[in-house]
Amino acid sequence: MTQALLREIIDYANRADPYPLYEELRKTPVSHDGDGPYVVSTYYEIRSLLHDPRISSDARNLKATGDDPLGQSADEEGADLPPSFLRLDPPDHDRLRRITNRPFGPPHAPRRVHDMRAELHGLVDGLIDGIGTSGTLDRVDLVDQFAYPFPVSVICRLLGVPREDEPRFHVWADTLAASLDPDPDGDPGQRAKSMTDTRMELGMYLAGLIEERRKNPGDDMLSQLATSDGPDGAMTTMEALSTSALLLIAGHETTVNLITNGMLTLLRHPDVLQRLREDPALSVPIVEELLRYEPPVQLVPQRSTLCDIEVAGVSIPKGASLWLVLASGNRDPKRFENPDRFDPDRKDNQHLGLGSGIHSCFGAPLARQEAQLALSALARRLDNPRLLEDPPPYRQNAVLRGPRHLPIACDGILPKAA
Amino acid sequence: MTTAGAHDGALEHLKREGRIVIVGASLAGLRAAETMREKGFAGSLTLIGDEPHEPYDRPPLSKQVLLGNAVADHTTLPRRRAIDADWRLGVPATGLDMAARRVRLGNGDEVEYDRLLIATGVRARPWPNAEEASLDGVFVLRTRDDAVGLQRALTDSPRRVVVIGAGFTGSEIASACRERGLNVTVAERGSAPLVGALGGVIGEVAAEMHREHEVDLRTGVMVTALEGDPSGRVRAAHLSDGATVEADVVVVSLGAQRNTEWLAGSGLGAGPRGIACDAGCRAFDVRGIVTDDIYVAGDVARSPHALFGYQFLSLEHWGNAVAQADTAAHNMLSVSADRRPHLWVPAFWSSQFGVNIKSVGVPPMGTEIMITQGSPAERRFAAVYGYQGRVIAAVTFDNCRWLPFYEHQIESTAPFPPPFSTVDRRPEGNKPVPADFPDPSVPTHGPTITLSGYSPADRKMTFTPGR
Repeated sequence: MTQALLREIIDYANRADPYPLYEELRKTPVSHDGDGPYVVSTYYEIRSLLHDPRISSDARNLKATGDDPLGQSADEEGADLPPSFLRLDPPDHDRLRRITNRPFGPPHAPRRVHDMRAELHGLVDGLIDGIGTSGTLDRVDLVDQFAYPFPVSVICRLLGVPREDEPRFHVWADTLAASLDPDPDGDPGQRAKSMTDTRMELGMYLAGLIEERRKNPGDDMLSQLATSDGPDGAMTTMEALSTSALLLIAGHETTVNLITNGMLTLLRHPDVLQRLREDPALSVPIVEELLRYEPPVQLVPQRSTLCDIEVAGVSIPKGASLWLVLASGNRDPKRFENPDRFDPDRKDNQHLGLGSGIHSCFGAPLARQEAQLALSALARRLDNPRLLEDPPPYRQNAVLRGPRHLPIACDGILPKAA
Repeated sequence: MTTAGAHDGALEHLKREGRIVIVGASLAGLRAAETMREKGFAGSLTLIGDEPHEPYDRPPLSKQVLLGNAVADHTTLPRRRAIDADWRLGVPATGLDMAARRVRLGNGDEVEYDRLLIATGVRARPWPNAEEASLDGVFVLRTRDDAVGLQRALTDSPRRVVVIGAGFTGSEIASACRERGLNVTVAERGSAPLVGALGGVIGEVAAEMHREHEVDLRTGVMVTALEGDPSGRVRAAHLSDGATVEADVVVVSLGAQRNTEWLAGSGLGAGPRGIACDAGCRAFDVRGIVTDDIYVAGDVARSPHALFGYQFLSLEHWGNAVAQADTAAHNMLSVSADRRPHLWVPAFWSSQFGVNIKSVGVPPMGTEIMITQGSPAERRFAAVYGYQGRVIAAVTFDNCRWLPFYEHQIESTAPFPPPFSTVDRRPEGNKPVPADFPDPSVPTHGPTITLSGYSPADRKMTFTPGR
């Protein structure tokens, strides 16, 4: 029964609207059967597991169990790099995350994200201008023309990838992101080879860049990761590689979906879109509500138990695989009133969209700022935008869920604010 | 008309046109006022405060303000909503007539009430020798005005600061001084800083933090006298071990006294240890009978806590002030069946020497301690306190994201020592050691039921007979 429900959630046919399935899932806060994972779907249980030190993120603690219903390895970084801090427990996780945080956020770099604002504005306006000059406004793909290129450019600026190398970076990012988006019709051998080649090329490129920054450090994050003088010292080259690969993939795939899910939701709620057009400040609560209502990371499939534990009356044995369905917890009526209503005026919106606990989204401040700027600019500058397909075509992936394309039409591109 | 109906009628009348007086215009008083308005109280609301300022936030005073990173005048508490109150600021309450339901004010006014909330908090314990306490350069730190004065004195580059007492406030002051590059001596009567609040094992970690940051830490000593120069400025502190420490600034950080003197002779159960109240925040009178119309919240309250053997706890915690004010305000406007107990799990935080310290539960009840995650040597760890085979408290140093887990362990009276594995468990964390609190019979500072439910409104308690 449970397994059937899980299959349905993973089934591409339900990608556009998994929420009724989540509602079904929540009837059993912890579902399990056979060899599959223990699936946790209710808000309070998920939240407490995210803070539970008996839960590991390190794949080495996972007892090999049957086949993975996701039908794919969730290891987005590949076997050729050591695990990033996303897949490590303390103390290694803490050390790498601390070093990574020094050039990124408070207390050592409190202004990093804020100071990128003007640059992000420029990127957003440039991309929207590009939509205007690309010719037809009868069919614009907001993913390919906006939501995809934007975060890659941001991560390039942040890491300090030279501007002239950005096109190569875009290609690598595209290819790697596509690996998260299985293509049932493609040739798996071909795909695997192309992934390995891409990771290799990206790795070589980053290693070269890190080497160069060790000699000539700049103000970018890569320089600071490679030469950190904090109490934890610097990362090894391999650690710096897996960390920057994590920042590239995790940082941009999720933001694409946040922006795309956001525009889709706004186009389905024209009254909110209109309010945002008149008041860009509304983008702050809108993005929070989006993170609850349509989170880009639907579930966390990579936790395991270090010992036997009991959750909501269910005994979970040591070494079991845990899936925490964040998107389901976000719609738990025991936590949120009218959870299926998109309501940017919602109070007390402590969603799980960015996780919680020590692995809570590292890039959250940047993702929030990117989405806020992107959505308010799109709302302001697209003249009479309308959805051409509802639902739009989705990516294959059930974990990082979002539309593959978002075809819209509009009457024109309004000039950017002076 | 039934009795219940009459009762409801009285409550409706109170909500519509009753008079509620709150004595104490700080965090608890303000939050209670906001909750009352939120719950539809439309009558008259009076807030009485002895300080001339609108309610402000205290935690920054010993941290950001002393560092010069924030201005004391800018710590006014944000308002959650308009409360439309009659503010009586800069005038203390001086007496209470319980029979006539009146509060007397320092300026001779009297204010009548139908329901009274007392949230008068605590004040800094002054230096016992009044003459020495009045020397220039001798400070306490509790109010905004204290912080302004001390911050100014620190800005004048004193050659040395002496801090008397190494509790949380004293340690934070020492930390701020070092961050400003000032020489600082800390004199603590106990064996280590924070020992009263967190015990000797953690106290030793705190002591190392002081020493690493070049604080001149003297433990096991008392300051016996403060010496002034002919112009009336402090110039030295004399210690019980015979030493003399020359200093331009002395900060007396010896804990707090409860503001209850104004209630002397009123018949209310108020004294040096606070105002005793029931779990629903209703004050007791001196006969041990609960009042119907007088409630207490915040630092001045002393209430029994189900989770800790119904001990009467007085908590000088920011979060307690907020939660207890909310409960008191709710109960003041509810019939008895709708009232709820104050079941907040004690929690506090501190920031010193660049380390974020957080705690839940009641550490001083603990007899044993076990480091469950991380390492004290790295100043990053989580530790749990055990009491009679259960988890009674937890503390984290730069590791607070795990704290909700430990809080739940406390709420569910989980066994101690914890029988499970955790991430980041080190060899030293595999067995408990004595928590090493000072003998409670020696005067010093500091003080089975399970809880379920997630919000104050649906909290329930379950009684489990002893095992």
